[in-house]
Amino acid sequence: MATNIVLAILVTSLATYLSRFLGVITSTKMKETSKIFKWFNCLAYSTLSALLARIIIFPVGALAQADYFIRFIVIFICLMVFLISKKNFVYPTVLSALLLALLNSSF
Amino acid sequence: MINIKYFLKGFFCIKDLNSPAIALAASFIAIGALFKNIGLNIQESIFSTFLTYALPGSLIMAESLIVGASLLNIFLAVWLVNARLYPMTVSLFPSLTHKSQPRLKYYFACHFIAVSAWLIMKENYKSVQRKYRLDYWIGVGVANLSVAVSATAFGFLISDHLNKDMMIGLAIVNPVYFICVMIGAMKTIQMSLSVILGSLFGISFYFISPEWCILLGGFTAGTLAFFIGELNGN
Repeated sequence: MATNIVLAILVTSLATYLSRFLGVITSTKMKETSKIFKWFNCLAYSTLSALLARIIIFPVGALAQADYFIRFIVIFICLMVFLISKKNFVYPTVLSALLLALLNSSF
Repeated sequence: MINIKYFLKGFFCIKDLNSPAIALAASFIAIGALFKNIGLNIQESIFSTFLTYALPGSLIMAESLIVGASLLNIFLAVWLVNARLYPMTVSLFPSLTHKSQPRLKYYFACHFIAVSAWLIMKENYKSVQRKYRLDYWIGVGVANLSVAVSATAFGFLISDHLNKDMMIGLAIVNPVYFICVMIGAMKTIQMSLSVILGSLFGISFYFISPEWCILLGGFTAGTLAFFIGELNGN
């Protein structure tokens, strides 16, 4: 492996902390009631959504090895379970792992 | 320094029914196993989760190590994929500020910004007295980070027993949890549009630039959602 692991870890954490740090600086004088705060709130949720969509539709790592169709079926079933169970988070999350592992090994 | 009562109150949020503990543990078990497979030792794996504590960034680092990318490449790729933490921090910290809290504490507390802890805090912060919100937040963050670090170590230790299907199963838990939370957060026009447009634009921009799709898609969608929401009384 060409790159030193410890240095790679330090660089990764620095690159990650940078966004958090700049976030604190920007928010120093910001009022909760301001429009710009509301805008940032929208940006935070939309960026997370974009990240989620990317992970599901164009995954990297282990998830890329599962078929598109199987991924969608699992997510659809888990969403239904979430809505039927009155927004319980435990059932759909546990079910998703079992279902995907099972379907992936069967097909 | 830190108000223990509020710290513990935040810490024990991890036991709640809507807690991200299961999703967080599943994904960091997978990361721990991945770290072992690419040649990190257990100390490096724990060190990595403890210092970075952001899943997509750790995945990028692992991939970069496999292909032998340069440190500058790693820095830029991780910064890009984790830049979402910037709007997340800006949309949370103004709700936590209080004049009695020392400035340095915010720079320490921002390390805990990650989707899991952030979502808990966005749901709960109004129920906590403003003066103690930062202590509560540190409690939430420490609990989440502890789960992440323990799961990484656990994943590292059991990696030999995890087959391909189990790894794939673990990888879906986090996205499913976050979809559920996002749907739960769609309470106003602005929030609903942010979530729906964010996913649509995120995918569309992928065809233009896979590296920038999250930021460009998120920025366009969030800005559109904000203006449409403002025009329609939020």
